Parts: sequence; structure tokens; C-alpha cells
Amino acid sequence: MKKVKSPEELKKLKTEALERLYGKDKIRVRVHMGTSGLASGAKEIYDFMRLELEKRSIDADVIGTGDMGYSFAEPTIEVKRPGEVPVVFGNVDKLRADAIIEKYIKNGEYVDGILPANYRSI
Amino acid sequence: MPKEKMQIMVCGGTSCTGNHGEAIIDNLRLELEANALENDVRVVRSGCFGLCAIGPVVKIMPGDTIYTKVTPDDAKDIVSEHIMKGRKVERLLFKDNVAKKTLSTEKELASQKKQIRIVLRNCGVINPENIEDAIAHDGYEALARVLTTLKPQDVIRIIKDSGLRGRGGGGFSTGLKWEIAFKNKSPEKYVVCNADEGDPGAFMDRSVLEGDPHAVLEAMAICGYSIEADKGLIYIRAEYPLAVARLKTAIHQAREYGLLGKNIMGTGFNFDIEIRYGAGAFVCGEETALIHSMEGLRGEPTVKPPFPAESGFRGKPTNVNNVETFACISPIILRGAEWFASIGSEKSKGTKVFALAGKINNVGLIEVPMGITLREVIFEIGGGIRNGKKFKAAQTGGPSGGCLTEKHLDTPIDFDNLTAAGSMMGSGGLIVMDEDDCMVSVAKFFLEFTVEESCGKCAPCRVGNKRLHELLEHITKGKGTLADLDRLKNMSLVIKDTSLCGLGQSSPNPVLSTLTNFRDEYEAHVTTKKCPSGKCKDLMEYFIIEANCVGCTACARVCPVGAITGERKEPHLINPSICIKCGACMEKCKFDAIIIQ
Repeated sequence: MKKVKSPEELKKLKTEALERLYGKDKIRVRVHMGTSGLASGAKEIYDFMRLELEKRSIDADVIGTGDMGYSFAEPTIEVKRPGEVPVVFGNVDKLRADAIIEKYIKNGEYVDGILPANYRSI
Repeated sequence: MPKEKMQIMVCGGTSCTGNHGEAIIDNLRLELEANALENDVRVVRSGCFGLCAIGPVVKIMPGDTIYTKVTPDDAKDIVSEHIMKGRKVERLLFKDNVAKKTLSTEKELASQKKQIRIVLRNCGVINPENIEDAIAHDGYEALARVLTTLKPQDVIRIIKDSGLRGRGGGGFSTGLKWEIAFKNKSPEKYVVCNADEGDPGAFMDRSVLEGDPHAVLEAMAICGYSIEADKGLIYIRAEYPLAVARLKTAIHQAREYGLLGKNIMGTGFNFDIEIRYGAGAFVCGEETALIHSMEGLRGEPTVKPPFPAESGFRGKPTNVNNVETFACISPIILRGAEWFASIGSEKSKGTKVFALAGKINNVGLIEVPMGITLREVIFEIGGGIRNGKKFKAAQTGGPSGGCLTEKHLDTPIDFDNLTAAGSMMGSGGLIVMDEDDCMVSVAKFFLEFTVEESCGKCAPCRVGNKRLHELLEHITKGKGTLADLDRLKNMSLVIKDTSLCGLGQSSPNPVLSTLTNFRDEYEAHVTTKKCPSGKCKDLMEYFIIEANCVGCTACARVCPVGAITGERKEPHLINPSICIKCGACMEKCKFDAIIIQ
């Protein structure tokens, strides 16, 4: 536990957290696990990705997050390959998750269900 | 050919697909085949890029190049120039005439996208159960800045200058609310977060709490510092178990890290937050009822004044803000009031999260700048009406709001325009209805909800809404008269004028607005006793067209009540006195012989 005793310590903690999260440019998978996502099976996809990526010896961070708001296409996951912009896939079932690992994560080949970012963030 | 495999992405959004998107895909594939490249270059259809105004959009990877306003004929140039020679097709790149620049990549084109994520900035980005993820994404930085460099009055001025208005429904100036609470001196004050999201179809508060709970905690602490309160309470409905669990984790972690509790970040400021559970009553979204519920009393509203800012929780000055309002605070502090005020319309600043629901393709949450039109929301971002049906109306403000129709499609959506159109912003639920929806039934549905949710304290709301509902029931059963329509209107106005709280004051809105915008439908129900949309069961009759019926007996076999009779290979007949109008026969008939009259 790190107690933040001053604004400077918060800044330091931020730098450390950024380094831990993004310092190493490796494969990162975000599974959107809010109520909409979970109701559509996001937990299964989360477990699948963790297990299968490890099984297939792919070094990746798998993170559970809240929903992005794409309720019409849940479960959704975001995959970032090193040096590339992240890509969000919708309507992910185990079959598609498998294709995402084999085609997109391994070779950068797109699979169906891509949801481009239709927004800008601050 | 470059070594890295090339891929072409074609936007599969409704707008682009409608502009020959499929033909673009076909032509691209044909061109690739003609050049024997079909195994090297993949063409995929994606979701919407949010660039509908300049679509159809085609993206080429690697390189992130975006071509805009592409026609099927452009496939040839894209393949022969870009794919084969690596040269961009200049004429298809987007030219920003204002900035006099060519924007060729998706990153550069972000400025052209309609949605801006301020409230939802971290939703889907951070792990909400790890406070360090939040800190990495600017979490608690605004609080640190406030505590070390600003006086309470400064913070209030920034919030006032930003033009932020309450996102829970009323649209009251947040800065002003804070100022009033600040000016009412008391050793004991409270900051309350209203997470009692009650509008049917709205779920933006839930998503924020599930995706980025720290944004709310931080903003509550900032509010506490500004109004000189050291205690925060989050009133959340127990039917949001995941949001509750993530909030609990977030509060626990924030305390551990010294970002809540005593002497926050060593600045001497104390602020702690507790959760209070609601049982899911709609009226408890009203701030006085909410406060009573938190005090352990019945969730009933009381007359304002006194406003909570004077006498709220336990009789102490209390500031109540909605989740979405709080989620706007930190970015305003970090980026400044001018930045926030530069987004949105003249009197409604910033963005608004809408929950799109109903007969729309892309059901879900969107965050758009205030002042966007309904047309952009429904037909571009929302992907249009489901199954290609015709748009009829959109209900904003839930059961307290009204409907917007085709004539409102190009009205900029903000607090004041919606009120002028006879609706309201509400919490941001947007329920879309198509040609198949009966507006009298829609009004009845919302009234059913308010009748159920009325707390019963004041007669106009308790009795009046019930009577209104009975009248509507009457009309949908074909027993209404033209005089009933006037009665509906009069009673609605009396209920609005005489109810104690916002629930009763707004509950007749769906009736009034459908009555104004769809009077012809009401009239059809009472004069010709017909429901134009074929939704009101009592006003319709299933009927077999003799000429189309081949006597296959399929309808008679599926009818659950034996209302259909007839010999094999002879036209059948429906007995209307037995028929329960379930529609099973119509679904089963392969010869389009059964119609609704």
C-alpha cells in the first residue's frame, strides 16, 4: 500500500503507474466488463483470452474494464498490438476470440466485427 | 508491393453502406482479383467510423490512410495507385477548408468526429478496480491542484464560468448550486451524489460508476472542498450491484491511498464518502425525497424552499449533484472553464451522454456535444432505425419528458431547445420509436410507470395520474370520445400546476406532447375507433382475405383458442368473438391471406 502524502507523491505514483501500464509496448487486451458486457458473456471471453494467450505463449496484458457504451455489439474487446493503434472488436464469442488471437494478434490480420473509434477523447 | 501485408477496411455503418458501401467492397475485391492480389490484400467491412458526413469511408492499413466520399468507381484507383504503387490517391483525401489542410489519417480526422468523450473518458480504458490505473489517467490530479492552488471561491468561479448545468434533469447551473451551499455557513455540510438513475432506458450513470468510479469520488471531494463539507454520500439504487461493488472497492482503495479520509495528500483537508442504498423508487431521484430516504424516512418529497443547499440532509446545508455532473468536474479543473465552455451550444455547455434505446440500430451510450441535432444522433451515430422502418418519434427525458418528431430532427439538442419543444433533457435516455409504435400506447406506457411510482403524498399526482391513465385506457379500448381528448389536456395541465414535486409536475408531459404532435392518432382512436399503427388490440380485427386463402389449415392448427374454422382447401374464417388477437395465425400464413383491419 502506498499512502499518498503530498501532491508530489501523486505525480510520482502517476509516472510509475503509466510506466507499469504502457512502459513496455506489448500486446494489450481490454475486455469491457460492465453490466452490458457481462450480461452478454464478457467474463467468459476474459477468461478465454487469459487462458488461451498463456497457452499459446503470447505475452500480453489482459485487463477488465467498464463498458464503452457499444451495447449493440457486446461483448466488445480492444486489442493493441505493439506500435499500432488499438482496434476494438464487437460481438466477440469464443470463435471470434480465437480468430482474433490467431489472425489479428499473431499476424495483424483483421477479422470481422471491427468497431472503429467513432469519437474523440480528451 | 510493400512487404507488410496490406488491408483495406470499408466502413459498414448505415450511412456509408447506404451510399453504395457494398458495391465499393465488391469492386475493391474485383480489382484485387484482376491484379492477382486477392490473397495478399484483405478487404474487411468494419463498424461505423463516425465520419458519416464525409463517407463512404475506406481505410488502408498500414499507414492509417483514410479515403473519404469514395464511390464504387474509385476502387480502381485505390488498388492501382495506393495498393500497387504505394501512392496516395490525393483526390480522395479529406481537405479541411477551414484549416486549409489535407487530413489523411484517422488520427488527423479525429477532429471531424461527432462524439467527444469527456464523461466517458476512462470508461472501457481503465481497470475500475485498480486505483493506480485511474491515477495514471489523471485521476485525483484535479483534486491535488484544487487543494494546493485554489480557494473554494476560485473553484466555484471556474465551475460557474464553465457553464456546466446539472445533468440529472433540471439543468440548473452547477456552479451556482455550489455557491449557494458555500454561502450557507454551518460546521456540518454534506455533498450528495445522486446515483438513483430511474428513467427507463437510461444507464449512463451506471456505466460511469462501473467504468470510472474514481472520477465521481474525486469530484465529490472537490465539491466538498468548495462548499466546505467533509462528508460525502452516494445514493445509489441497490439494483446496480456491480456499480455498488466497484464503488465500494474504489472508496476502500482511495482511503488506503490517502485520497479520501483525514488529511488528504497532506493538505489538511478531510473528506470521506459513504454509500447509501435506495430501493429503486423513481421519486427518490428528486433531491428532497432522496434526502429523506437517506435519513431513513419514507422517500417523499417536501416543498422547496427550503432548498437542500439551506436545509438538506439532517437539516444541514447539502449539495446534491448527479453522477454525470460530477464526472465533468475534473476535466474542467484541469483544462479550464474556457475549454469546457467552448464545447456545446450557447446556453448549454459541454457534452451530454445519451442512452440510445428502442427501435434504433446502435443501442448503447453516446457522448455528444450539446447542440447536436436529433438527426445526427439517430441517423448517423445511432445507425438509423431498425429494419429500415420509418422514424416516428424519440422520447427524451423518460417518463417526465416528451416526444420529438420528424419536425424536430434538425433542432439542436440542448436544455432550452428541448424544453421549448415540449420535452426535456432529463437524464439523457433517448427512446426511439418507429412507424409501428402507437403514440397513445406510448403515453399510456409512461403513465403506467408514473402511476406506479407516484409516492402518493399529494392528490393531483396520486389521483390525477391514475385518472389520466384510465382515460388513456378507455381510448385505446375504443371507448373514448373527442371530449375525452380535451379532458386529457385539461387534467394534464391541472396535474402539472398543482403537484408538489417534479414527478407530478412532469408526469403528464408524455400525454401533452403526444397529444400535440400526434393529435391525428388520438382522433383516429376516438372517432373511427382505429389504431393507425395496429398496436391497440381492442381496435383491430384479424381477417382472412378469401381470394388469398388456399385452405392449408395452418392457421386453424396454430390458433390457441380455436377461433379459425374452415374446410380443407376452402377459404377459412376467423370468429372475432373468440379471437384473442395474438397474431399467431398471421405469422404462420404463407400466402399473406391474413391481415389486420
